[in-house]
Amino acid sequence: MPSLPPIRPEDEAAARVRGDTGAFDAPVLEDEDSVRFDYLLRLGDDSLILGQRLGEWCGHAPSVEVDLSLANMGLDLIGQATFFLDYAGKVEGRGRDGDRLAFHRDVLDFRNCWLVEQPNGDFAQTMARQFLFSTWQKLLFEHLVGSRDELIAAVAAKAVKEVAYHEELSAEWVIRLGDGTDESRARMKEGLDWMWRFVPELFEMDEVAQEMAQRGIGADAAAFRPDYDRKVQSVLAQAGLEAPNDQRPILGGRRGHHGEHLGHLLAVMQFLPRTYPDATW
Amino acid sequence: MVALGAASLRSSRAKSEGAGTESEPRASTEFIQSAAAGGVEGLGTNEAVDHLWAVLREVADPEIPVISVVDLGIVREVTPDRVTVTPTYTGCPATQVIERDIRAALDAAGYPRVRIETVLSPPWTTDWISEAGKAKLRAYGIAPPRGRGERAVECPQCGSSQTEEISRFGSTPCKAQWRCRDCLEPFDLFKCH
Repeated sequence: MPSLPPIRPEDEAAARVRGDTGAFDAPVLEDEDSVRFDYLLRLGDDSLILGQRLGEWCGHAPSVEVDLSLANMGLDLIGQATFFLDYAGKVEGRGRDGDRLAFHRDVLDFRNCWLVEQPNGDFAQTMARQFLFSTWQKLLFEHLVGSRDELIAAVAAKAVKEVAYHEELSAEWVIRLGDGTDESRARMKEGLDWMWRFVPELFEMDEVAQEMAQRGIGADAAAFRPDYDRKVQSVLAQAGLEAPNDQRPILGGRRGHHGEHLGHLLAVMQFLPRTYPDATW
Repeated sequence: MVALGAASLRSSRAKSEGAGTESEPRASTEFIQSAAAGGVEGLGTNEAVDHLWAVLREVADPEIPVISVVDLGIVREVTPDRVTVTPTYTGCPATQVIERDIRAALDAAGYPRVRIETVLSPPWTTDWISEAGKAKLRAYGIAPPRGRGERAVECPQCGSSQTEEISRFGSTPCKAQWRCRDCLEPFDLFKCH
């Protein structure tokens, strides 16, 4: 079963116009739905990939309460992904639904940020990732509540209440581990050191993000960067941790450039529907 | 939602009483015409809506079977040809089961042509759980969601307010785990949302 939709004559024509840039499937900025589709993939893929990562903890967390917390957060995220990806499929208009987009795309077609595909590592690394992501996602959704796109606004309004829990829980763990024993503190520091270089990508305003913000559909991430920095600094201060040194930012997830980890995650996540395409419950 | 349900029931009762009087002979004809258009045969619009509400009040929440989908506040609107529902949590797996259960109940009650629609906005809140629903939750051993500004959580077993949170996440997205310091029983709290 092919993982990409069939190439139509229009696609070939578009590829010719674009020359040898090698990205004939890149969104066409003048076409609102083309950009909106790409933007919805970003929103949906962030949630889907992090939801899958959290699911990997199931049965392995340090305590049953933590196990439930991680699974619950994963469930919230996969719920968001379902809405965003189903809608992306409608906007694209080529007959793909959310499941099709989740299970039958390859690495290069995923538009999630690098942060969410990072491996779970130990519990501290998972919480460092969650804190840096959920703090950003909550601010993002608070802005998207005002989106001109009714579905994006509705999902954001619904999900922002759930993401508030994710942010609170992960911030509490950053503080508890950072302000805990020498061991827990060292692990949280390592977790933050690992994740830190993926934060700038969250605020990258490339052409698609700018186009969506200008059209009143997406959010201008630069507008909430100061709020993000304040929040992160305040939690790190309570944890008695210093912010890691800024490193060279890793970018490109929004254009399909990913690390080696995403392919392995997809292999596990997509195995069943790809091997048994018509499988149902 | 609960307020809306009660209001529409009240107005439908008022109208059907009015329709029965001699002063409004045309009203009942109109009801029959619109009901035929809506696909519920043999019933006036308001009677049909009343029946549909009654059917929905018998559909239990799959995870907390003591309360109905109406008590839970997820039925947003009922018209003769459409039932509108809203999900509780974005990723709540019960959402699909609920829709299937509502479908089965409607079919069994003779309403196969009544559609089910899902809306996201405005987002569901625990304020829409009915008072009857809250009482049923308590009797079932789940502390109902706190009202705005209410801090204390009463133990559903012994009524003590000497309680504490064990974990903000519980067995389902809508519940947190708590424990009573007096009777020492653990219990679920329906989270304010």
